[in-house]
Amino acid sequence: MPLDPHLAGLPGAIVHDDIVPARAPWLHPVAAGQTLRIVDLEGNQAVDFLIYAAADDAERYSAQDTVACQANLFLRTGTRLMSNEGRPMMTIIASAIPYHDTIGGACSCESNTLRYGHHTKSQHACVENFLEANLGQGRGKRDIVSNINFFMNVPVEADGALGIVDGLSAPGLTVDLRADMDVIVVVSNCPQINNPCNAFNPTPVRMIISA
Amino acid sequence: MMDNTPLPGHALADPLAARDHARAQGGTIVEAMPMLPPLADDLPAGMAADDLLWEETIAAAGYATRSLPRGARLRLIDLHGDAAATIQIFNAEMPSERLNVADTVKIQWNAYLGAGKLLLSDMGRVLMSIVEDSAGTHDAFCGASSPVSNAARYGDGANSGTHPSARDRLLLGAAKHGLGRRDVHPSITLFKGARIENDGTITPQIGPFAPGRHMLLRAEMDLIFVVANCPHVLDPRDGYTVTPLRATAWRGAITPVDDPIRTATPEGLRAFLNVEDHYRR
Repeated sequence: MPLDPHLAGLPGAIVHDDIVPARAPWLHPVAAGQTLRIVDLEGNQAVDFLIYAAADDAERYSAQDTVACQANLFLRTGTRLMSNEGRPMMTIIASAIPYHDTIGGACSCESNTLRYGHHTKSQHACVENFLEANLGQGRGKRDIVSNINFFMNVPVEADGALGIVDGLSAPGLTVDLRADMDVIVVVSNCPQINNPCNAFNPTPVRMIISA
Repeated sequence: MMDNTPLPGHALADPLAARDHARAQGGTIVEAMPMLPPLADDLPAGMAADDLLWEETIAAAGYATRSLPRGARLRLIDLHGDAAATIQIFNAEMPSERLNVADTVKIQWNAYLGAGKLLLSDMGRVLMSIVEDSAGTHDAFCGASSPVSNAARYGDGANSGTHPSARDRLLLGAAKHGLGRRDVHPSITLFKGARIENDGTITPQIGPFAPGRHMLLRAEMDLIFVVANCPHVLDPRDGYTVTPLRATAWRGAITPVDDPIRTATPEGLRAFLNVEDHYRR
């Protein structure tokens, strides 16, 4: 049997292995010390990503603490993903692309009405996925904060011009995250079809957890 | 300035003496305090004094909260050049709707706040618009200082100490409206800036700046406004440096359909349409 290239280099036994369909939510605990690998199966697929502390889910990923801590907007290999309590939740230990976004937020039905027009109100959106996944564990809208967008590219120009542009990713590229505490990861496999974050075409991603 | 009223020796044992001592403090004026009823001698021409809603100077390291009705104008003044106003904004009647910094920069296709920009909620509505801005240095990225970041820089970050963090101040402010840890959301800091370089590097703009820089914000919905005045999280100075912030609010007309900020961009116009739809009841 040929070796699965998506598993190469993972540190330990595979404890979980999922394909997240295009447009779908995903939620899974990752224990301290485990590694979560995200595989961009078909390329240029934004993976909207939130983290909650398993022991106390009012402690959650904070984009602002993360960028302030490293005085840089881009998430790269070595970036510690910080909580709103100022503690590292996960660390990016490997990335096949130079950087990932954490300023672009998540698309929502409501923000789509601003960005594209009210004709997009009924389209599926990341906040719908975040809500659906979180509601099952007693969290709600107040628990949704600025997220990470793995494989998404949001440069900031000298005059402040900012927008989602063509991604840096390609089929089969990966990012590896080591959990620094017991966490719950909530993902929206972005369903957006109106901007380049998914090359206008949402595709599946693979989530692999290694001991 | 602290209370200088002499403490009579018998005040410790005599409740009436303690009362007299407490009452003798009445009427004390310090720089950082609210004025009740609100009083300001520098309001825009033609504004009726009756329309004044709020006049408060917020202490260095302090915080304040206020309910603001739709249409209210909020003027913030960096009195001495080292204020750092880290803010939270909630829809007063449904506080799960709140400021969304990601949508604020993404929807307006720009990283920097200034006159004409909108502060957007997570429901596709405009919470406040920036009518005037003489500062030009604001930060939608770095967020609030925390007990951890203050402990790292100043050796201490506790609310009860001398280096409280913006996050802890925002938590206390939110708590006074019945809100909690889940409600304190990514923030914007006014008067201190963050420039973004091509490689993503954040260059803080800390000043100190000229005294008297101001902003005029307009409430586009009925709001809960919470502001902390603590040093910027990336302030490089060794000392915990922050100066008082003045807040003045007055009643104003709801934004008319031909308002130039309302109609400036298609995205902003749709945010105002969503607000107007929300209040169509």
